[in-house]
Amino acid sequence: MKRLGRQTWEYDHHPRIIGRATVVGPDEGKGPLSSDFDYIYDNLEIGEKTWEKAERKLLEQASQLALVNANLTKEELHYFVGGDLMNQIISSSFSARQLGVPYLGVFGACSTSMETLALASMIVDSGAGDYVLAGTVSHNCTVEKQFRYPTEYGSQKPPYAQYTVTGSGCGVVSRTGEGPVITKATIGRIMDLGIKDPFNMGAAMAPAAADTIISHFRDTGLEPGYYDLIVTGDLASVGLPITKELLHKEGIPMEQTVFNDCGLMIYDREKQTQVVAGGSGCGCSATVTYGHILNRMQKGDLKRVLVVATGALLSPLSYQQGESIPCIAHAVAIEQEG
Amino acid sequence: MAEQSATGKKKTSSLSMDEKEYKKVAKKYEPPRPILKNCIKAFFVGGTVCLIGQAIQEAFMAGLDMTSKEAASPTVAVMILISVILTCLGVYDKIAQWAGAGTGVPVTGFANSMCSAALEHRAEGLVLGVGANMFKLAGSVIVFGVVAAFIIGIVYAFLGFGGGHL
Repeated sequence: MKRLGRQTWEYDHHPRIIGRATVVGPDEGKGPLSSDFDYIYDNLEIGEKTWEKAERKLLEQASQLALVNANLTKEELHYFVGGDLMNQIISSSFSARQLGVPYLGVFGACSTSMETLALASMIVDSGAGDYVLAGTVSHNCTVEKQFRYPTEYGSQKPPYAQYTVTGSGCGVVSRTGEGPVITKATIGRIMDLGIKDPFNMGAAMAPAAADTIISHFRDTGLEPGYYDLIVTGDLASVGLPITKELLHKEGIPMEQTVFNDCGLMIYDREKQTQVVAGGSGCGCSATVTYGHILNRMQKGDLKRVLVVATGALLSPLSYQQGESIPCIAHAVAIEQEG
Repeated sequence: MAEQSATGKKKTSSLSMDEKEYKKVAKKYEPPRPILKNCIKAFFVGGTVCLIGQAIQEAFMAGLDMTSKEAASPTVAVMILISVILTCLGVYDKIAQWAGAGTGVPVTGFANSMCSAALEHRAEGLVLGVGANMFKLAGSVIVFGVVAAFIIGIVYAFLGFGGGHL
């Protein structure tokens, strides 16, 4: 493995995703990508007494399914790299308790999906582990409860608010086996251009996405046209056009490729009006990537994809104290061999 | 090492835009809140809630031969009950998303804020969950309500205007 430029990793030993799984909730199941998910719950409770347990169950199921799809047992797994949006990342750590394998918990807010995948690939590429599971989860109600208001509280959301995805996506990374190859990862830096409104996540995260995309092309010497698809994590209807404008101003020719956002892909905003500006949460980019995008790669629809997962690193305390929202984006390049 | 930009400030980003410029760009893409539409909806929904309240009060007065003063408390109780039932059925928040401030009318909105917080934190137990969190949202209404009443009371006591005793 080597470093390209300032912040990009290039993996030498072709770490690949040999098994993956996605488990989602009812709203995602009604969205346009429903056929891409492995399991869809028709209720938000998921048979559990608390929202937190429901969230954990999603991750437990997705991780188990990913292992089954990779033809592995828990005992063969070397590490689990996970993270989520809860305080003290309880969903990942409690799932790791059940998995019983060495565990690294990370927090990158909604960028956790690609942060865990980049780290898992690094572990595999370095030879420190043969099979490493990367995964993340989010649940609409746990996030509402922790970051906003009680789920049943009657408040009106502004037209730029986003809707947290209920879902979990996991992937098993290994050097051997069949699957799309993780070729590069660009680790983002914190960007904060002074946005303070916690409902306006898209605008807060857009500079981070733009910065990571610019850095990726600067470090690798590639052009956007190299990829068949570039997706951001959860910028939704406000953040994506801002990122497009920022990239245009910096002279990055994004028109060479298809540039979309997972938060816009997962829901039908016309019909599912409750999602307002689109999806968010670490489950958003995780389920769209491990479900929809990798399915399309498997079918041969897409050969090279860059996933730029975006995260807003705020806490309920920080915005109540009037602080602006620091954001980050991590990009992972996934390519189909042959 | 951070590159030095023309202004001598440390450059930590590959974007040439500063905070001020960025806020302008972000503002351009921020869909505005439909204020007029929201006001009209809030006016009619709030009015309807009050109309329902009035109808219940009239029913108490006609049915149970109460005076309007006697009917006030049971009317409030019924409005609270309706709000709590709608909250528990998961409907109140959906109405509120559409109606905005219209559902914030004191009695029903207050009941919803308490009920939703109680429901949400039931998982953390009766004392640390329900008891401690029930007033999470409604608490500031009570605090500032009491403070405002206190100030008005002082003004009233010293200046004695307003005429007559309450």
